Amino acid sequence: MTLFALSGALEAGLIFGLVAMGVYISFRLLHLPDLTVDGSFPLGGAATAVAIVSGMNPFLATALGTVAGAAAGLLTAVLSVRLKIMSLLAGILTMVALYSINLRVMGRPNISLFGYETVFSPVQALFGGSIWSNAVMLAAIAIVAKLLLDWFLATEIGLALRASGENPTMSTAHAIDNDRMVIVGMVLSNGLVGLAGSVFAQSQGVADVSLGIGTVVVGLAAVIIGEASLGTSRIWLATLGCLVGALLYRLLVAVALGAGALGLQAQDLNLVTAVVVAFAVCASRARQVARGRIKCWVVARFRPRQVPPGR
Amino acid sequence: MLLRALVTAATIGLASSLAAAKDVKTVALTYIVDHPAINAVRNGIVDALGDAGYVDGKTMKLIVQSAQGSMPTQLQIAKQFAGEKPNLMVAISTPSAQALQSTAGATPVVFSAVTDPVGAKLVASMEKPGANVTGTSDMQPLGPTLQLIKSLVPSAKRIGVVYNGGEANSVSQVQALKREAGKEALEIIESTASQSAMVGDAARSLVGRVDAILLPTDSTVISAVEGVVSVGQKAKLPIFASDTDSVTRGAVAALGFNYYALGKLSGKMAADILGGSSPSTMAVGTLQTQDLYLNIKSAVAMGVEVPESLKASAAKVIN
Repeated sequence: MTLFALSGALEAGLIFGLVAMGVYISFRLLHLPDLTVDGSFPLGGAATAVAIVSGMNPFLATALGTVAGAAAGLLTAVLSVRLKIMSLLAGILTMVALYSINLRVMGRPNISLFGYETVFSPVQALFGGSIWSNAVMLAAIAIVAKLLLDWFLATEIGLALRASGENPTMSTAHAIDNDRMVIVGMVLSNGLVGLAGSVFAQSQGVADVSLGIGTVVVGLAAVIIGEASLGTSRIWLATLGCLVGALLYRLLVAVALGAGALGLQAQDLNLVTAVVVAFAVCASRARQVARGRIKCWVVARFRPRQVPPGR
Repeated sequence: MLLRALVTAATIGLASSLAAAKDVKTVALTYIVDHPAINAVRNGIVDALGDAGYVDGKTMKLIVQSAQGSMPTQLQIAKQFAGEKPNLMVAISTPSAQALQSTAGATPVVFSAVTDPVGAKLVASMEKPGANVTGTSDMQPLGPTLQLIKSLVPSAKRIGVVYNGGEANSVSQVQALKREAGKEALEIIESTASQSAMVGDAARSLVGRVDAILLPTDSTVISAVEGVVSVGQKAKLPIFASDTDSVTRGAVAALGFNYYALGKLSGKMAADILGGSSPSTMAVGTLQTQDLYLNIKSAVAMGVEVPESLKASAAKVIN
């Protein structure tokens, strides 16, 4: 693998790390399969591209892309908790609607950002156009997002959100409004995805209406690979796992692309994704089973002998 | 003495093999998705490079990567290409070309099958691209196609167009079509389909509102030409296409170029650049020849009478 290919894998990995954190909130914390992601990713890119082309400051434009993504999450959440549409369907409805909305936002299917100032311009100037400059900027964005998410999930609302996803009945008993938690979680989740779409469009130099195809699958794959490699015992580990999982996935793609060695080609990627995710799930299950067996063995061996009563 | 002779011989041998390796040009080619039109362009490019003496595996190292329809993968392919440091990069389709443009640096990029290279910011102008990027556009003159429709369906006033509003290439074609239609006193009625599965419905929605349907070179629509053809046969509504392949699949007629020829033109430009020409002054190429393809069986089924004179001028008549 060349350094260029590595820098590309890092960039894509860090961007999809943001997607993975969004997917982690909906799929893992709220236990809601949210497919809005395939629409909010290109929406973030579209809103940012339109804003940049019309002369807005790129950092403000990125914030706008994030807010646009969050609004898409709000729509899904409202469809789900207020209109009582099944959450899977609510996500699909928003995703389908967003295709048309993205076309309306951009006014055409494809906007090139070539030659415009982006959030990467200052870093590129600082590093003299080094191939790593985009990756450095993205790493900063991803790490800040991760730390903010860790902090939020430890606040009172964050804890309530986690409790609500884990056990809604118990949460209601503790006066937690489950519906509100779904809204908060979806807004946050799709805000992260919108941010990812926004920086993706800027790093790629183009926003395209077909940007989002398969986003949720890759995000979920990253979450699962991260869980398998780092575990989920702590929230900060799980969010770190999102970044690590996405980076590993993109490195794998780079290897597959680079690839005379393994005989892999780009068209094998989807199969590789499926195999990797299946393997990661099995590996973490096997580890749990093994841990359980060791525990049983330890307990059986060292349990204090019970003295029968009455002797 | 013998040792020195051996070392000299070895050095010369090494140097000459290095020189040979230097003569082998590396060309990296990428495209967004596997599709009949795109694959025809790819074959045309490879064949034209071969004609110019750049034969894959002998005098040229060719790297080919398909992004499988995924933009993030396209980004990684572009980065991978940048790392391979090829002599030339080739991109088929607009998003692939834009991805290579942002990572190529000073490496020349030749694009193909980009309908509106100026709108996609790939070139400064069609005549003078101005940087390291040039190539060919698949925009074709649409006036002759509209005249063909008028000659076969003299009563035609409104022409329906089925296309994917999400494809940059299609949107620019429909805009151009509307400008041309004004000159021919025709009206364009649009119907969009975002996926191949919706193409049949989009065509059905035009029945009764238009006198003929014209399909642009839209990859979503071309994937489902048969669906449009069956609507046309049932409703006696003539279907025209912009690519010749769709005529063999059931459209009445097309004045189109074939994508293989467009690929050959792109390949020739690529060979010129490998030979030392500068892409910044090489005008964007377009195909001027348009072949007439006719499908008589479909014409009968859709209620169109084809004059013998037109049959004589056709490049291919399918019975």
